[in-house]
Amino acid sequence: MLKTVIPFGPQHPVFPEPIHLTLTVEDEIIKQALPALGFVHRGLETLVDKSDFHQMVQVVERVCGICSMIHAMCYCQAIEEIMAIQVPQRARYLRVIWSELSRIHSHLLWLGLFADSFGFENLFMQFWKIREKVMDIHEATTGNRVIVSVNAVGGVRRDMSSEQLQWIQSQLANVKQEVARLGPTLLEDYTIKKRTVGKGIVSRDKAYELGLVGPTLRASGIAQDVRMLGYAAFNELDFEPVLGTDGDCYARSKVRFQEVFQSIDLIGQAIRKIPGGEVQVTVKGRPEGETVTRVEQPRGELLYYIKADGSKNLDRLRIRTPTFANIPALVTMLPGHWLSDVPVIVLSIDPCISCTER
Amino acid sequence: MLKEMVPVSVDNLVKETAGLKIAGYRFVTLSCAAIDKDHFDILYHFDLGLDLKHLRLTVSGDTKIPSISPVYFAAFLVENEIQDLFGIFFEGLVIDYRGTLFLEKMIHTPFCKYTVQASQSKTNGSQPLSGSPDLKEES
Repeated sequence: MLKTVIPFGPQHPVFPEPIHLTLTVEDEIIKQALPALGFVHRGLETLVDKSDFHQMVQVVERVCGICSMIHAMCYCQAIEEIMAIQVPQRARYLRVIWSELSRIHSHLLWLGLFADSFGFENLFMQFWKIREKVMDIHEATTGNRVIVSVNAVGGVRRDMSSEQLQWIQSQLANVKQEVARLGPTLLEDYTIKKRTVGKGIVSRDKAYELGLVGPTLRASGIAQDVRMLGYAAFNELDFEPVLGTDGDCYARSKVRFQEVFQSIDLIGQAIRKIPGGEVQVTVKGRPEGETVTRVEQPRGELLYYIKADGSKNLDRLRIRTPTFANIPALVTMLPGHWLSDVPVIVLSIDPCISCTER
Repeated sequence: MLKEMVPVSVDNLVKETAGLKIAGYRFVTLSCAAIDKDHFDILYHFDLGLDLKHLRLTVSGDTKIPSISPVYFAAFLVENEIQDLFGIFFEGLVIDYRGTLFLEKMIHTPFCKYTVQASQSKTNGSQPLSGSPDLKEES
């Protein structure tokens, strides 16, 4: 049968950001998929030559708008490890609260985009409407909706009052109720299941072999969640990774849907346990040494490699984002599927091109 | 600080990597850093049960490094990235973008502080994946 090559993206209605796939198809069945990147690559890592290690917090916050806070937290943890800085306990809990808020709004954003990828506009709007409540919490507690800029080397820049913490809990109770109301539609609707069940399957062994991360990995049944390392205050909170078994688009959406409730629970635990005290310590000196730090972004494992030579500028900053780890899976996920399944399968890894094109 | 750091050479890199795969390690990523004008550190990061293990390969800029993508398929993307940004060449890549992962035409190596090896970037021997017109045009 005649082979046809179809360029998919970088501009495509289903992609919020530019990524390209060269799809080789026979009839409308995909035989080969080859990703291409670099349409908006920014080279932010090289800014270590111009910005000192304190200023780099603001740079890494801009790697990605959705998980801006978690990028900064990972970077700060790396510097704090190199400089042996003891971050105040209250700051650790505040980092948990803000990072889990980021996870909730990221997952709600993705659930909306996923619904949009198979044309369910109403569901898309419902998820995004709920997300606004989380953005309101961001704005009320940090002054910004997206680039929240709360992290600093040595702690966090802002504190929360007990009234704010109580208000967050009441807001999240509403979020929980409203998200739960959409569960039957997302998980039981005939049309959605028709578009997601059995699509883009990655087996447990293949997921591990490909080095997948985050919900994409957990949906294949592997209990890998970097929060289990216990960074920030996660070592004092109870949680188990949310797992799927089937490794298809449906399993990936179900894992993310359930992780919204997990994050709400974690924030509740953090609010109940948060101690009083300072939120930032004074940092003296300059970093010297090298380290690797990992945190769990909404899309999975985020890794920062930092090498410092004792000057105010870092010698090297390397960021491995979760989408970068999940993109190779598309090469194995897509072949054998219909061309019309491509948007749903690609969206199912929750691709963040802003992160990838750091 | 980095624990579990094992120095490796070009000769035993693939063997060490294959050993880690047999031992059940998950591929995480590579990190590349320039040491001086002519030398680079390439760190290979692996994970087993949330414990990281690192291999450190120190090479000169003109060394052709064996790709570990035949062992860990996912490594092809980051090896291509290092090829683009540092001008270090990997041999035996399962998918080789030949310096065009980020750019349509390989011009220079923006992350390489000391050297520019644009002319060599186009001469890496391995072939791109078949059926990829974008890559064939560059070959």
